[in-house]
Amino acid sequence: MVIPLRLKAENLSCERGGRLVFKDLSFDLVAGEFAELRGPNGVGKSSLLRLLAGLNTSSSGRLSLEGGAPDTNLAEQSHYIGHAEANKPALTVRENLVFWQKFLGGSENANSFSAFKLEALADDQVLLLSAGQKRRLALTRLVVAHRPLWLLDEPTVGLDTASLIILQNHIHDHLKNGGIVIAATHAELGVKSAINIQLGKAA
Amino acid sequence: MQQFANPARFLKIANVTLPYIWAITAILFAIGLYGALVITPPDYQQGETVRIMYVHVPAAWLGLFVYCLMGFFSAVAFVYRHPLADAAAKTAAPLGAVFCFLALVTGSFWGKPMWGTWWAWGDARLTSMFILLLFYLGYMAVWSSIDEPTRAAAIARIVALVGVLNVFVVKFSVNWWNSLHQGPSVIKMGGPAIDKSMLWALLTMAVAYTMLFLALHLVSMRSEIAARKLRQARLVEIGNR
Amino acid sequence: MFQQALALTTRDVALARRQGGGLGAAFGFILSVMVLIPLAIGPDQILLSKLAPGLMWLALLLSVLLTADRMFQQDFEDGSLDVMAMAKLPLEIVTLAKVLAHWFTVSLPLAIITPPLGLLMSIDVGQLPILLVSMVIGSLALSLLAAVGGAVTAGLRRGGLLVSLLVLPLYIPVLIFGVAASSANLSPSSSTPALTVLCAITLMSLVISPWACAAALKAYLR
Repeated sequence: MVIPLRLKAENLSCERGGRLVFKDLSFDLVAGEFAELRGPNGVGKSSLLRLLAGLNTSSSGRLSLEGGAPDTNLAEQSHYIGHAEANKPALTVRENLVFWQKFLGGSENANSFSAFKLEALADDQVLLLSAGQKRRLALTRLVVAHRPLWLLDEPTVGLDTASLIILQNHIHDHLKNGGIVIAATHAELGVKSAINIQLGKAA
Repeated sequence: MQQFANPARFLKIANVTLPYIWAITAILFAIGLYGALVITPPDYQQGETVRIMYVHVPAAWLGLFVYCLMGFFSAVAFVYRHPLADAAAKTAAPLGAVFCFLALVTGSFWGKPMWGTWWAWGDARLTSMFILLLFYLGYMAVWSSIDEPTRAAAIARIVALVGVLNVFVVKFSVNWWNSLHQGPSVIKMGGPAIDKSMLWALLTMAVAYTMLFLALHLVSMRSEIAARKLRQARLVEIGNR
Repeated sequence: MFQQALALTTRDVALARRQGGGLGAAFGFILSVMVLIPLAIGPDQILLSKLAPGLMWLALLLSVLLTADRMFQQDFEDGSLDVMAMAKLPLEIVTLAKVLAHWFTVSLPLAIITPPLGLLMSIDVGQLPILLVSMVIGSLALSLLAAVGGAVTAGLRRGGLLVSLLVLPLYIPVLIFGVAASSANLSPSSSTPALTVLCAITLMSLVISPWACAAALKAYLR
């Protein structure tokens, strides 16, 4: 029996540099749901995403993911696209993608270049790319290996309208296949969100 | 261990015991120094010079002891993630470095009449002590170059633990190196065995040094805790703006 | 797991080749030292040949040290380390894979190039093989220990000086036994004990370094 994916957070609080960023945050997401993180600068949107990605230890609270692959923790089942894009400027687009595909244990996938229309740039060094193209390369990591949970921190920064639509389509596909997406964004992503996680004093 | 782990509890205990520790330190130093400088006989070979030993040897012991203590506190902090253990390791380092430095300087003073030179690399113990001082400096530099306290603590723990392991390897290496280069001119420091008439004064001095360290450590831990409280209060204030 | 580590090592080797810098600069550094030493202590050939093994070990050790602060810094700054820390592969293996790449691209080539330069200091040709062997073994320890310094300062913008202060004391045992092995009398048997201890030190670094690096990197990630 396949248990559907379910991400549950109970009473999370996060501390950074001795300062409490947020506290008593709870939410519940099931397969196919998209959550949008809202709130002004400095309320801990990035901190929450990093916390979900296992890159930040919570001071208290509980996080659980049901129905994923056995013997893997939350971080191992997540893709995290942050402000730092994890691209190597000296390597080509192909070398970057092939490395992440091998490292993240993805299957050989010829389509990965086309996911964000990078076919024409495959053999160019990343240092030649524009900011938007680098962003697309980083986002391509979402499809080189499968992860049920996507954590996106301002994914739209630097993207043009055409790329934005591609990103929307990928998110829709991922949700349709039973994934969960959590994104922090100021721009309208154009994806219907199941819940808005409001951070900050208003909450 | 657990009852000391609460900062408030720790402060209370420190405040109550400190006056007594200072008093014991003063008494021990008085007895030890009187014994070392007046009562104990001069060495039949080294003459009055031997009196440097009473200052030098305990300092060297403390230099090594405090380093091990620092490693112990770091290990505790590594396992239990307790900030008080980090504070203990952090404040022990400058004190240990001073003992280390004192041992080096007095060793050098002792070396001049003994070897006819201020410094002899042929003495493995002095060389090891020198390297130990470098470890102290590195550890202290880690604390001072990382701004964020929790991160600095986490990094410093690792540096201290690696350092403790390495101190033993260095000690072994330097001894081995020394045996390789053993020159005829090198006289073994301290002599074959210390006579009973000297030993009691030396041990008294060692205990006095340890008590001095304890007193200074408690004082600097107290101010470290106060500094943390101040920082915390300031952060809360900034957060409310 | 092995595949992932291999992918990382391959990527780092490719990066080192593409970016240059590390090895070339380190080699230039060794060459400069080789010029400066005779200028500092005079052209006396007997003195130079006596000092040669020790000075060459020093040059090798310092040149490797120069590359230490960059070992994890880039991966930390560009977010690669975030992604690596999330994967199932333990961070210890990640650091080990990166250290191996560093060894292949920096320390090992330097350890091979340095002994012949001893001829500039009138070293006995018969001494070169044992110098080469000890440097190749020791160079792995140099990379491993440099990584500890690199990881401890990964998040600092100006960690160079701190790296030296932290790593040089760690290098002391490698230096002592490396020099002892390579300056022993010409018969190979006389350098065996020192060489054995050098191997032991390298193995010990192999155990401690990945653990220490991973712990330090974790502290920077959160």
